[in-house]
Amino acid sequence: MIKAILIFNNHGKPRLIRFYQYFAEDMQQQIIRETFHLVSKRDDNVCNFLEGGSLIGGSDYKLIYRHYATLYFVFCVDSSESELGILDLIQVFVETLDKCFENVCELDLIFHMDKVHYILQEVVMGGMVLETNMNEIVAQVELQNRMEKSEGGLSAAPARAVSAVKNMNLPEIPRNINIGDINIKVPSLSPF
Amino acid sequence: MSDVVEKTLTALPSLLSFDSQPGAAKLSSTSKLASLIRGITELTSKHEEEKLIQQELVAIKDQVSSPNTSMRQMKELMVRAIYCEMLGYEASFCYIHAIKLAQQGTALDKRVGYLAVALFLHESHELLLLLVNTVLKDLQSTNLIEVCMALTIVSQLFPKDMIPAILPLVEEKLTHPKEIIRRKAVLALYKFYLIAPNQVQHIHNKFRKALCDKDPGVMTASLHIYLQMIKENPEGYKDLTGSFVTILKQVVGGKLPMDYNYHSVPSPWLQIQLLRILSLLGKDDQSSSEIMYEVLDESLRRAEMNHNITYAILYECVKCIYTIHPKDELLEKAAKCIGNFILSPKINLKYIGLKALTYVVQQDPKLALQHQMTIIECLDHPDLIIKRETLELLFRITNGKNVTVIVEKLLDFLRTSKDDYTTIDLMGKVAEVAEKYAPDNKWFIATMNTVFSLGGDLMQPDIPNNFLKLISEGFDDGEQDRMLRLFAVDSYVSLLQGEPEKLPQRFLQVISWVLGEYSHLREDLEPATVVRLLAHVLDLKQASSETKSWVLLAMTKLCEGEAAMSVLQGVSETYSSSMDTVLRQRAQELQNLHLNPELWARVLPRDAFTEPLEVDSSLSFLDGYVSEALAAGAAPYKSPHQRQEELAQAKAVSMEPYGLSLPISMSLSSLDGRQSPTLLSMSSGLSGDSTDHSHKAGTTTLKLDKVKRVWGREGYLAQRESAVVEVPSPVHSADQIEEVGISQDPTPPPVADQEKQQLASSLFVGLGSQTSSSLMGKSEPKHQRLRKKAKDPVSSSEISKQTSNSIFPPPISVDNLLCNSNMDPKKSLPSCTQMTESSQGSAAANGTCAAEGEFTEGDVQGPEPSLFRDNRLTIAGSCETEEPVGMKDLCLTSYLPADCIGANHSEFTPLCSSHGVHLSACHVHKDDTLVLLVFISNSSNSDVHQFIVQVDSGDVEVSCLSESPVEELRCHHVEVCQYSLTAKRPSVHLEVSGLVSFNMPDRTPQTTHFSYKLPLPSFIRPLELSTEEYGTMWLAFSHDTKQNLTLVADVQDSLRATLDVLERKLHLHVVAIIGMEGIVACRLLPDQPCLMHCRVHGGTLAVWLRSPVPDLPDCLLYHCQRALQEV
Repeated sequence: MIKAILIFNNHGKPRLIRFYQYFAEDMQQQIIRETFHLVSKRDDNVCNFLEGGSLIGGSDYKLIYRHYATLYFVFCVDSSESELGILDLIQVFVETLDKCFENVCELDLIFHMDKVHYILQEVVMGGMVLETNMNEIVAQVELQNRMEKSEGGLSAAPARAVSAVKNMNLPEIPRNINIGDINIKVPSLSPF
Repeated sequence: MSDVVEKTLTALPSLLSFDSQPGAAKLSSTSKLASLIRGITELTSKHEEEKLIQQELVAIKDQVSSPNTSMRQMKELMVRAIYCEMLGYEASFCYIHAIKLAQQGTALDKRVGYLAVALFLHESHELLLLLVNTVLKDLQSTNLIEVCMALTIVSQLFPKDMIPAILPLVEEKLTHPKEIIRRKAVLALYKFYLIAPNQVQHIHNKFRKALCDKDPGVMTASLHIYLQMIKENPEGYKDLTGSFVTILKQVVGGKLPMDYNYHSVPSPWLQIQLLRILSLLGKDDQSSSEIMYEVLDESLRRAEMNHNITYAILYECVKCIYTIHPKDELLEKAAKCIGNFILSPKINLKYIGLKALTYVVQQDPKLALQHQMTIIECLDHPDLIIKRETLELLFRITNGKNVTVIVEKLLDFLRTSKDDYTTIDLMGKVAEVAEKYAPDNKWFIATMNTVFSLGGDLMQPDIPNNFLKLISEGFDDGEQDRMLRLFAVDSYVSLLQGEPEKLPQRFLQVISWVLGEYSHLREDLEPATVVRLLAHVLDLKQASSETKSWVLLAMTKLCEGEAAMSVLQGVSETYSSSMDTVLRQRAQELQNLHLNPELWARVLPRDAFTEPLEVDSSLSFLDGYVSEALAAGAAPYKSPHQRQEELAQAKAVSMEPYGLSLPISMSLSSLDGRQSPTLLSMSSGLSGDSTDHSHKAGTTTLKLDKVKRVWGREGYLAQRESAVVEVPSPVHSADQIEEVGISQDPTPPPVADQEKQQLASSLFVGLGSQTSSSLMGKSEPKHQRLRKKAKDPVSSSEISKQTSNSIFPPPISVDNLLCNSNMDPKKSLPSCTQMTESSQGSAAANGTCAAEGEFTEGDVQGPEPSLFRDNRLTIAGSCETEEPVGMKDLCLTSYLPADCIGANHSEFTPLCSSHGVHLSACHVHKDDTLVLLVFISNSSNSDVHQFIVQVDSGDVEVSCLSESPVEELRCHHVEVCQYSLTAKRPSVHLEVSGLVSFNMPDRTPQTTHFSYKLPLPSFIRPLELSTEEYGTMWLAFSHDTKQNLTLVADVQDSLRATLDVLERKLHLHVVAIIGMEGIVACRLLPDQPCLMHCRVHGGTLAVWLRSPVPDLPDCLLYHCQRALQEV
C-alpha cells in the first residue's frame, strides 16, 4: 500500500499532498516537515530509498523519492511495495504530468493542483496502484478534460495564462524564490 | 522577491483577460487564487503567512456560505480551501460545502467536490454519512466519469460499516462493459477485502472472472486481491498456480499489447505482482514449484536488459527462486544475479542487492562469503542507508564465532547514529545477538553496558527487562550464574565510582537493581560502600523520580550492617517528606524495614526470583464474598463489554436509510449470541461470573514479569499464557543453516587490502564450510550458553531439539537391514539384489497377500525379504482391477507397524518426493498418544546414503519411537519412522514439519522439507469423569468460551443426537445428560482437560467450554462448529 504521496520543492513548500491513511492535520504537517528534512539532506549520488522515519507506521515504512530540478516527489509506502517498482512509478507519474501539461513545471503544479490530483487519481487509487500504462492514464485524463471543455471550464484559462508566462522567455530566475525555476526536466531515464 | 516573478504574477490577471469570457466572476476568482499564491510567496515569516491565510479563510468562509455564490465560484473556493489545507491550515467549515458540491453540481462540479471530500475527510468522519446517498446515486449514473468518481471515493474513504450499503452496486460494476469501471470496481472490492474480508466472501468466484478478464488492466487489478488472499491462505489457491504461470509466460513472451510496455519491458509491474504470487504458492510445495521453474528461468533470461525496471523484476525473481522449492540450476543463476546487484556501481542496485542477500543468506551462507569484500566496503559506504542495510545483513549472519566483531560494528554505527528510529532498532539487535552468542561474561556485561549508555532513554523497555530477567534467572549452571552476577556487580560499582551523572536513567535503574540484589555476592564489598554509591545517585540532579524509587528499593535490600545505617537514616528522612507519593512510600518502607530485621528478611529474601510467585488467577478466595453478596440480593456481575452491548441494543442506531437490501451489522448479531446473558446457569460456579469473556488483550505497556494480569481496564481478564516477550528470532544460528552442497572454500580475492581481509575473515567465520562440521554433530554448546532456561518455549526448545537431532548416533544398519528382526519396529526390507533365489517363492506369495490387503501380523513380522519389490510386481499384474491410489495405500498399509495395525489410522498423505525418494505419512490414534508414521520409499534404482529424517514442531512434542534411525535406504525399499506426538499448546491445526536429507549415490547431498497438518481432534481423547468430579473441576478452570451452536435438526432428541455427533467425531466423552442440559469432558493429549456444558436454548445449543489451558476452548469450539456443520 502507498500511504502517502508528497510533492514539495527544494525549500520544503508543499506542492501536492495526498494521504491514503488518515493522519490528523498537524500530524500531516509534521510528516511533511520530517520527510523534507530527511530527503533534502541527502546528496544526489546516494540511493533513492529511505528507511527510518518513525511517523508513519514505524519499521513497515519506507520513503522512495526522486528529485527533479526544483521538486521532490516522495512516496511513502509499506514493505509490500517493490522499491524499484515505485521508483519507476514516480517516473511514470512525472512523465504523464509532462504529457498533460506539455513540458511541466512547478508553476503548473501550483496553479493546477486540482488537475494534478485528477491525474494522480488515475495512477493511484485509495493507496493502490491503479494503472501504470501511461497512454491509458493520459486517455482517462483527456476524457475528463473533454467534458470540461464542453462546459467551457474555468481551469482552461489559467492554463493559457501559464503557457503565456512560459512564452515570455524569462531570464534565469534566482533559486531562492519559492516559485522560481520553471521547467522540471523530465529525463527520459534518470540514471541511478 | 525577484522583480521578474513579481511582474509575471501581476501580469497574470491581464493575461487572463485576453480571453473575452462572459464571466467576469471567473476572472476575479482566478486572480484570487493567483493573488493568494503570490501573497504567500512574498512573505518572509511563518507568522505573516499565518495571518494571510487566516484572512483568506475568513474570506472563503464568507463567500462559501453566501447564497449568491455560483457553482463556478464554489469550485474555485474549494480549490483555495484545498490549498490552505495543504499548507496546514484547517478549513473545516468547507467540508460540508464540499459534500454539497459533490451532491448537487454537474459532473465537473462533482469532480471538485469529490476531490475536496477525499482530501478533507477521513474514514471515521461524521460527515461521511451525508455522502452515502450521493455515492449511491452516482454509482447508478450512466455517466462514466461519475461512476469512476464514486468508485474512487468509495475505495478511499468508506469504512467497514458503510460497505454493505454500496456493495451490491460495486459488485454489479464487475460486469460493466467499460474496462476502466471494471478495473476500479475490482480495486474497490480489494479495499473492502482488506478492511472487511467477510463481507466480500460471497464474491470470490467473481474475482476469478476478473482474473480471466479480457482486458489486461482488469486482470492486473485482480492480482492485488489474489496476492492478498494467497498470502493468507496459500493452500486454497494452489489450483491457480498453472494459470498464473501461463499469464506470466504470456506477459514475458510479449503477448500483451505494445501499450503495456514500459521502456520496452512488457508490463513490468504486472510481472512483479505475478512473481510475488508465485513465490507464495511455491513456498514449501515442490509440485507447485516445479510448474514454475521454466517461466522463472525465462523471466531471468528476458530481464537482462539494462534498465532500472528490469532489475525490479530480477529482484522479485531472485526472491521467488529462493522462496520456492529449490532447484540448483535456478539458484545458481539467482546467486549470479545477486552478485551483479551487489557489485553494481549504481547505488540503488547495491541497496537492492544487499536486501536480496539478507533475504537469502539464511539459506545459502556461502553467498555472503563470496561477497565478503564488497560487504566490507559497504560497511564504510558514505550512504547511511547502505550502511544500515549492511549491518542488517551482518546481524543475520551472526554466530558464536563472529559475534564480537559484528557487535563492535553495530556499536560503532550506533555511536554515530543520530536517527532515533535507527538507534532503537539497532539497540534491540545488539542486545539480541549479545544475549544469544556472548563468548564470555565479561564481554556480555561490557557490551550491555555500552548498549545501555548509548541507548539512553530511547531504548525499548524490554531490553533492560530482558537483561534483568536473564541475570536473575540465570542459566542452568549455578557457578556460571554467580560469575555473571559478580561481573555485573564489579562493573557497576566501578561505573558508579566514575561519572554516574553521565549515565542514562534506564541504565541507572538497571545498576541499582543489580547492586541491590547481588552486591552481597562480592564478599569484600561492604554494603555500606554500595549504599553510599547509591546515595550519590540519589543526589544527582538529573535522576528522575522513577530512578530514585529504584535506588531506594535497592537500598532497602541492602539495609544490613551498622555502617550503612547512618546513610540510610538520612536518605529515608529526606524522602519521607518528598512530594512524590511513590518516593515517600519507598522511603517509609526503607525506614520501617531497616528497623525490623526479621520482617526485612521475610519480605526481601535473597534470591527470591528463583521461586515462582503463585497467583490465584481465578480469584477463588473471593467466592465466599460474592456468594454472600448474591444471597443478599446483589445483581450478578456483568462485564463492561456485556453491559455496553446491552446498552447498545437498547438504543441501537437505525442504519435503515442506506441499509438497502443487505442485512448490516453482522458482527453485532454474532457477538450477541456469544454473550447471551441467559447462559449463566446456576451450575456455572461463581468465580466464572466475574470473568470477562471478551478476551480483549490489554495493550498495556507495563511489563510485570511473573505477575499475571488479573484485573484490566475492562474488569477481570481471562488468564492468558503469560506473554513471552521474545519473538522467535529471525536469526538462524550457523548450525541451523541448511546446507546446499558446500564443497570448496571461497577463493580469496587476489588483491585486497590486508586490513579488510582480516576483518572479512573475522566477520565471516563460522559461515559456510565450517558449518558443515557443526552440522555433523559438533555443534558448539557454547553458543547457547547465554540462552535463557526454557523461558521462551518456542525458540529454546527448538534449538535444543535441533542440536539433539543433529547429533545422530552412528547407526549400524547393514546388519539391521539384512536380518530384519521381529523387534525392529520399522520394517527394513532388503532389496532384491540381496535376496537369494530360495526365498523368492515365499516372497511372491506374501506379495500377493499384501495386494489383497489380507496381511496378518505374522506375515508382517516374518523375516520376509523384498516385500516391496514383489508388491510392485503384483500391482503390475492386478492393476486392471484395482485403482492405483488405493493400491498405493494398500502397499503402505502393509508396512504399518504391528502395534498400529488394529488401530484406526488416517489416510496416507504424500509429504514430498525428491530424486526418487517419496515420503508419505499417516497418523494412528492410540489411547495415550498419537503416533505419526512416516513412510519413506525409494523407488529409484540406486541406494541412498546418510539418510536423516528430522521431525520437529513448535506446537507438538515429538519423540521418536524407532530404536535406531534410518541410515541407508536401499533401492525399492520402504522404511517406516514412528513418532509419538502430544500437543504442546492447542491450536486449530497443529503442524509438524520435517527435514529429510540424504546423499545420492554420486555423493551429492539432497535436502527436502515437508510438513504435515494434524487437526486438533486427533489429539483429543475422551475423559471419563463422574458428575461430581466434573463439578469440582469446572470451578477450578479459568479459561472459557461461550457460543451458540446449531443443533442437529429433524430428530426427536436433538441434544442427544448433537452430542453423539460430537462424541463420534471429536472423541469427547458425554458425562451426563439431564433434561435440556448436557455435560461433556475430554482431554488434550497428554492430559489437559477441557469441559463442556451444553444447554438447549431457543433452538440452538448454548455451549460453554472451560479449561485450564488458554486457547483450548476456542480451538475446540471451532471444531465442534465444523463437526456440526458437516452433519
